[in-house]
Amino acid sequence: MESPIEQFRIESILPLHLGKYDVSFTNSGLMMVAAVVLATLFLTLSMRARSVVPGRWQGAAEVCYEFVANMVRDNVGKEGMKYFPFLLTLFMFVLFGNLLGLIPYSFAYTSHIAVTFALAVVVFIGVTIIGFARHGTHYLRMFFPEGAPLLTAVILVPIELISYLSRPFSLAVRLFANMTVGHILLKVMGGFVVMLGVAGIVPLAFLGGITVLEFFIAVLQAYVFTILSCIYLHDAIHMH
Amino acid sequence: MDPIAAKSIGAGLAAIGMIGSGIGVGNIWSSLIATVGRNPAAKSSVELYGWIGFAVTEAIALFALVVALMLLFG
Repeated sequence: MESPIEQFRIESILPLHLGKYDVSFTNSGLMMVAAVVLATLFLTLSMRARSVVPGRWQGAAEVCYEFVANMVRDNVGKEGMKYFPFLLTLFMFVLFGNLLGLIPYSFAYTSHIAVTFALAVVVFIGVTIIGFARHGTHYLRMFFPEGAPLLTAVILVPIELISYLSRPFSLAVRLFANMTVGHILLKVMGGFVVMLGVAGIVPLAFLGGITVLEFFIAVLQAYVFTILSCIYLHDAIHMH
Repeated sequence: MDPIAAKSIGAGLAAIGMIGSGIGVGNIWSSLIATVGRNPAAKSSVELYGWIGFAVTEAIALFALVVALMLLFG
């Protein structure tokens, strides 16, 4: 039987080489394009009517918009609305990646650490630049809060520095591990169904429940990724 | 020791790290439920922190899991 991590293999669809780098168009890239196209179509076509009383599709698009807008307003504040377009894009990209990955025989690009780490590093570098642009060198106060005794700097500064630098790793690994583990679990349970024959109805029922849970986790992880980005942005703008 | 057996034992040992995360997530939900039970009006304001705390604590379990998976399949 195939190993449960076989499903994460990246295959090139359109081989392409740039110098000594392999920049082939892969199944991962195909899913990313699909997610971007679907998200764009969903948000633009459903808002085309622009009616005061929203229809079904417009209602769904407005829920997505309001959800992220409220998240930014509550967690970052009014100044944060400047960065709202980026955060909505981030949310929709991760959400569509997670949900499209749950379609059987498709590919979840969020289950690759290369993708999630790239997203997390963009957030991390962006937040750091915003912090330094707004506060100048005063932003270094992040690592040593005002009013703390000078002697505690020996312990406080390294701890704060490590916790600040580990942000992109925890952000990336959380999303990556959640999606990978979910898909491995589904695959292993699917293997039980096939192996047990008629008695496989028991794991099949369990599999149905797990699939529902995976849909919930797909949405939850997109939410968590965005809200943690919001909290980091809040730290950069308001400094604790 | 047989290297394949050692690999499996190592993966099992790495997964022990999830115990702490399990206790942590249980603590978060138990205090959240207690809070909402005592003051149902606070539900909307504490729910958000519950989910964030859950996600942050769960990440520790996932780090252990990634180590275990790396030992098994890496």
